[in-house]
Amino acid sequence: MTAASTTDLAPDAKIDTHKARQARIYGIVLIGLAILVAAVFGYGSEGNATFGLSRPRDPWVIPNLVIPAASFNYIAAAVLAFLGMRQFMRGGSRWSTVSIAVGFALATAAFLVWATAGKSFSLTGMLSATVVAAVPIALGGLAGVLSERVAVVNIAIEGMLLAGAFTGALMGSLLGGWGGLLSAVLVGGMFGFILAALVVTYRMDQIIAGVVITLFVTGVTSYVSSQVFSEYRFLNNAPVFRAWKIPFLGDIPVIGPVLFNQNLFVYGAFILVSVATYYLFYTRYGLRARSVGEHPRAADTLGINVYRTRYINVTLAGMVAGFGGAWFTLGSVGRFDENMTGGLGYIGLAAMIFGRWHPFGALMAALIFGFADSLQQKLAIVRTPIPSEFLAMAPYLATIVVVAGFVGRSRPPAADGKPYVKE
Amino acid sequence: MTDTTSQSSLTEKLLQRAAPGRAEFEDLVIVPIFAVIVALIVGALVMLATAVDIETIGRSYLALLQGSLGSVNAISETLTSAIPLVLAGLGLALGFRAGLFNIGAEGQIVVGGIAAVIVGFSFPGLPWIIHLPLALLAGALAGGLYASIAGYLRAATGAHEVITTIMLNLSSYLLLSWMLGLEWMQRPGRSDPVSKSVLPSAELPRLLTDIDPNLRLHAGIFVMIAAVILVHWLLFKTKTGFEYRASGENPDAARYAGMHASAIIVFAMATAGALAGLAGANQVLGVLERATPGFSSGIGFDAISVALLGRSHPVGVLFAGLLFGALEAGGRQMQVDAGVSIDLISIIQALIIVFIAAPLLVRAIFPWGFKKPAGR
Repeated sequence: MTAASTTDLAPDAKIDTHKARQARIYGIVLIGLAILVAAVFGYGSEGNATFGLSRPRDPWVIPNLVIPAASFNYIAAAVLAFLGMRQFMRGGSRWSTVSIAVGFALATAAFLVWATAGKSFSLTGMLSATVVAAVPIALGGLAGVLSERVAVVNIAIEGMLLAGAFTGALMGSLLGGWGGLLSAVLVGGMFGFILAALVVTYRMDQIIAGVVITLFVTGVTSYVSSQVFSEYRFLNNAPVFRAWKIPFLGDIPVIGPVLFNQNLFVYGAFILVSVATYYLFYTRYGLRARSVGEHPRAADTLGINVYRTRYINVTLAGMVAGFGGAWFTLGSVGRFDENMTGGLGYIGLAAMIFGRWHPFGALMAALIFGFADSLQQKLAIVRTPIPSEFLAMAPYLATIVVVAGFVGRSRPPAADGKPYVKE
Repeated sequence: MTDTTSQSSLTEKLLQRAAPGRAEFEDLVIVPIFAVIVALIVGALVMLATAVDIETIGRSYLALLQGSLGSVNAISETLTSAIPLVLAGLGLALGFRAGLFNIGAEGQIVVGGIAAVIVGFSFPGLPWIIHLPLALLAGALAGGLYASIAGYLRAATGAHEVITTIMLNLSSYLLLSWMLGLEWMQRPGRSDPVSKSVLPSAELPRLLTDIDPNLRLHAGIFVMIAAVILVHWLLFKTKTGFEYRASGENPDAARYAGMHASAIIVFAMATAGALAGLAGANQVLGVLERATPGFSSGIGFDAISVALLGRSHPVGVLFAGLLFGALEAGGRQMQVDAGVSIDLISIIQALIIVFIAAPLLVRAIFPWGFKKPAGR
């Protein structure tokens, strides 16, 4: 018992020092950002940054947002310095997370103001692009949440997205947009089922199974696109789902074009995230699924069929990823290119971790990644002194930072990645 | 309690599958052979499904054989393709042995290749005996450093190496395309992104030019053989190798035995990255003689398959690398002769690994030929 009581005490003390250390690190990061913002973004900007909020032909036109660049950035630097000092002096206060989030937001805003100083830039356009870019990441992340909640690590999301994109293009060309979408969802579900079969029934290592599915899908899609599509172009020419403007809501300035004048996939992603949240946290099936992810043996004892639950949820995850994959073809260009998903499935996994294995969290994280992505695309147009390759790296580096910074603080389902053998 | 023990014994078994201690003949020989055969059959089915007629399928598999083994040129091509696969595969095998699933060989190849090409075109006037090893070393160092980023993050924060290495892969492509546009790096007089050529003193010399000047086999094959021997020695004859294997097979036991888990992770990633960097250096110094966009051409991903197929054993990796090199060289011939896209090869490769990594699946397809698993 004495051993137990000492081990009871020790972690507490450890957590306290850990928290204090973390708060100090946050403080240093914030002060560093303040110096960066003041020295580079504040000192280096002249004139006004003009952010366009609405287009001239919108029903309600609101004036552009004009910000004096240098003064805005100095103020931002001052706020950052204040937050940093506060973190540093009063380590471990409960505002740590908020401070660091506000800090990063301010630094990003300062960067944006610096980059657009003396020019003008459509803020609404960028936010709209953010939501669009977030769709595949959010759906990938949601697929990750659905399968990891039943303790199946899904590295195959990238492959499922690619399969969805490919099927969307092929079947969309043959059957029209809706047929393509349905087929993409079904093929995604099929790969989910294959993943479940490999890891649940054949007990293959989950990560190897995921990598192999991705390799296989990459191989098949590249093979068909160079063997068949290059010759029969009509097979790779699918109709595209255009934006549907929701009446009235779509006319609201800024919010309207960003949220209510998008295509099917954006609305679909929002609906799926809500439905998945309801399913996982407010229905008995969701509770069962989560119990399989946390403690499969206990779930089994209570009469839940662990294998079947895993099969169903991983197949559902595949269907979600297939829908997300269709975005690449049916939601944007209507044409499939080799490897067109470009690692977004893995960024989706990072979004899942960042979002703490919660559908809404994954969506929020995906919006942040989408923001990084659309930011780099817009900045490449505005021309900044930073080479475009480094801007394009931003989402990847952000993923690394997120995975490294948050993995310790967000807890995966307890049985995540472990196969279950019924006795 | 039974729960955790049965699960841990199962994970042990799975790790053994990826990195077996003393694998049996059945797992080591029969399963891979079955895997290759089944993969070729499924590959034929894929071709059938894409409206390739039976005669062409026969012709393409014939071309696959001829292009990989049918002539001196074919064998030279097979070996040339195998060199980077074996080198990077050895690196990945080391990682698997230490319990790390490093998908980042691709990025490490890119970074290693960049470093090697910079050293390769920089120092004019150096004798080759210094210049060539220096360029190879630069590649290995750069690859090792790049990989140890992921290793450090894993050790310090627990960030999963699969995600971080993939992100490093994607970043490395962008890094390459940025560097190829730099003035001091780009080939003078060219507007397309191609680096300066490697000086002759840093080139890996071609070996068979006396027979036919087109034969591309280069001295990298000695680097490859040396690496196989070195990795075998490192893994099975040194304390470091023992620590890698111990912490891969049972991290808890290794920690209780006083091994530094974090240091092992970082070192294992660094060695793995150094080998992959060496593979990149081999490509730029031996085959291409310059860096071009996409010079890594997916070798890093094929190397994953090579390491899995070779059961993370250096000798196994050598044979798996030769097989994949043959598939690669034969695939090019197949594309020319039968007009079947070389991407078919990647389908076959993926299928081979499925069957390798899930022996239960092979057993389900071929119930004969295997003795019943014990205890059932």
